Amino acid sequence: MSTYILKRFLQLIPVFLGATLLVYFLVFSLPGDPIVALFGDKPVNEAVAAKLRMQYHLDQPFWMQYLLYLKSIFTFDLGQDFSGRPIAAVLGEVFPVTARLAIMALIFEAFFGIVFGLIAGLRKGKLFDATVLVASLVVIGIPIFVLGFLLQFTIGVQLGWAKPTVSSAATIPDLILPAIVLGLGSFAYVLRLTRTSVIENMNADYVRTATAKGLSRFQVVRVHILRNSLIPVITFLGADLGALMGGAIVTEGIFNVPGVGNRLYRAVLSGEGPTVVSIVTVLVLIYCLSNLLVDLLYGWLDPRIRYDS
Amino acid sequence: MRFSRTSKALGMVAIAALALTGCGASGSATGSGSTGGDTSKVILADGSEPQRPLMPADTNEVGGGKVIDMIFAGLVSYDPSGKPVNELAESIEGKDGQHFTIKVKKDQKFTNGEAITAKSFVDSWNFGAAAKNAQLSGGFFESIKGYDEASAEGSTVETMSGLKVVDDQTFTVELKQPESDWPLRLGYTAFVPVPSGALKDPKGFGEKPVGNGPYKLADGGWQHNVQIQLVPNPDYSGPRKAKNAGVTFKIYQNDDSAYQDLMSNNLDILQTIPTSALKNFKSDLGDRTINKPYAGNQTIAIPEYLPEWSGEAGKLRRQAISMAINREEITKVIFNGARQPAKDFTAPVLDGYSDSIAGAENLTFNADKAKEAWAKADAIQKWDANKTFTIAYNADKGGHKAWVEAVVNQLKNTLGIKVEGKPYATFKEARNDATAKTLTGSIRAGWQADYPSLYNFLGPIYKTGAGSNDASYANPTFDKAISDGLNAASVSDGNKAMNKAQEILLTDLPAIPLWYQVAQGGWSDKVTNVDYGWDGVPLYYNVTGK
Repeated sequence: MSTYILKRFLQLIPVFLGATLLVYFLVFSLPGDPIVALFGDKPVNEAVAAKLRMQYHLDQPFWMQYLLYLKSIFTFDLGQDFSGRPIAAVLGEVFPVTARLAIMALIFEAFFGIVFGLIAGLRKGKLFDATVLVASLVVIGIPIFVLGFLLQFTIGVQLGWAKPTVSSAATIPDLILPAIVLGLGSFAYVLRLTRTSVIENMNADYVRTATAKGLSRFQVVRVHILRNSLIPVITFLGADLGALMGGAIVTEGIFNVPGVGNRLYRAVLSGEGPTVVSIVTVLVLIYCLSNLLVDLLYGWLDPRIRYDS
Repeated sequence: MRFSRTSKALGMVAIAALALTGCGASGSATGSGSTGGDTSKVILADGSEPQRPLMPADTNEVGGGKVIDMIFAGLVSYDPSGKPVNELAESIEGKDGQHFTIKVKKDQKFTNGEAITAKSFVDSWNFGAAAKNAQLSGGFFESIKGYDEASAEGSTVETMSGLKVVDDQTFTVELKQPESDWPLRLGYTAFVPVPSGALKDPKGFGEKPVGNGPYKLADGGWQHNVQIQLVPNPDYSGPRKAKNAGVTFKIYQNDDSAYQDLMSNNLDILQTIPTSALKNFKSDLGDRTINKPYAGNQTIAIPEYLPEWSGEAGKLRRQAISMAINREEITKVIFNGARQPAKDFTAPVLDGYSDSIAGAENLTFNADKAKEAWAKADAIQKWDANKTFTIAYNADKGGHKAWVEAVVNQLKNTLGIKVEGKPYATFKEARNDATAKTLTGSIRAGWQADYPSLYNFLGPIYKTGAGSNDASYANPTFDKAISDGLNAASVSDGNKAMNKAQEILLTDLPAIPLWYQVAQGGWSDKVTNVDYGWDGVPLYYNVTGK
């Protein structure tokens, strides 16, 4: 088990190098000179521009810039953004906010998705099942920004139950509405995935055996149906955590959440290479780690899966 | 409004709750000022994250500029109409437009207690100009003698020879050449003094700026990407005294969410109504809106380095383009009155503005004359029918797409040529091609005045070799007319000369003026006394609670 985990951690190294290289290259290839853009409509003062280019290594060729960036990572100094602040501090500000948002969304989609999916699966073909299926189809069909604006306007502006945008501290109550919007799409997938899986397992031999043994309905559902049905759902949720963190740009924009998406968007627009790469790299690492966690969870859910060799 | 009943009911509950707990609004200072209103209210306004540290000479964009303007005071500030009023200056005297003697008011202090003297100004300006400090707005000092030496690439010169401290309260300025409107510029944020600590550690200072303006940054007031909190500076004694208990700029990623906040009273002032709400904001907000022209305009610059746009034929074609655009229609249909059709190259709020300069008729829609001019140009140099005339714009912000398309259609219909909008993904890409002179067609160009003067709309954009001369326009007669204006004995003579220079522009049309900017903003029902300045920014210091 521990060798398996170690192996997986070692695999992170090439992923990390590859991701940073690729993203750095993409930012580098963005058209336009970020320093010229800093001057806006105003005439570019070449002496000032040259000085700033030097400060941000923008006068160097691509490989040199990338190597300098790698060096800065290993010395735990990620450099500075255009407003002169350490990028490490920027990461420290935005990631907790988005992590809070993404985890709340994940809890929302996992809990309601699994509960509704389970009930729908157990009552296949009944009214509840049909309603839930249609509703989830609608949710999947509507783009997230439409849902976002709709909920912001109805719940935030018209009914006044929540503020239309989050407050400066981005507290948990503030984030409830954005988290629901962020998690809605995945909620529908989790629901449908659970439902299908439950229906499949209900007809499995071991479920029939368990029922024949005289186990209570509750025990059959909990131990034999639900636990076996969760494997595909957990796979989905694990991959989704990374997607939620990186994909929160739209939701963060609508609800003005001061998180990763907002900062990343601004950094891409202004061409701040190191900021973009640092944020994306952390996102990649989160994605890899949550996948590792999912793989380990398999073993717990289904003892047939082992990672010994 | 449809939902006012709910909010009123909620408001009553809130009032009842306050009354029951016995903690009514602490600020019952209503009616203390001459304008009335509750001065104990903290005003919530929209802002954007500053791009650079908050150093006055390093800030050239609106997000940081708004804050700098409030926490710093300069020699002069502009009143709501754009007239300069002495703020820290006792007097600014100069007879020949080239040599000035500036006296600074006595007993003025930064909020850290440091005295503001003539030396504070000279040191701050030298710092802003010197190349080694790489300040983005350093170019504002370019008229001062010695600027070129200090700002040259790699220069180690740290002072400008044109600045001399006479005594504690007095310093003299010598310009490279006479510029009669130079004192007008001194209200721009690059000219404010900074305390000596700022010059030693500009980066650290930029995080926690210490100023001398009507407001100061609250302790830990700059929460990056979230908000910037300003509190009144009790020692400030200038014309912009704060009439509220502070201003908090909440940082928004887009105007749409700010508008939702405004409608639900979570935001007090929204500087610019988002395009998506232009149609209904008046019914949403009632009389809590403003519609006021400010010193900014929108043009389409057509580079003269493109062969088909050079020479006499190019000039006729530009006139044709200009007369083929129906500005009235676009400002009405696309902008709902949020713009005013342009009649010159400047802006109507400026001193000396005229809407009837000879040649202004070139800016009026006239399909027949447009076709005629185009045909005349064709007689000189045939327009290739397969060629497409492009109008480049940046698609990342500003909502330019809609009007560019309207202009494209008008040109197609009137002139019968191929026209297309050419979106650039980001502003920086567009600027890149413009500064590198590699444009393949026209580009939209907007100008927001830095200081209220006609010259600011003409010199930096259309003078031969000027930094923002996207059109690469070069006309010695125009250059001469502009310098005549700068050499003029009085401001009003200068304005007349500037408008003479505009006559040349109106014939040559290096850029095609489209419309003047109009500030359209709104406020919540918790605040009152909201007005906007000449630059389209709310006068935050004047706003009070209800």
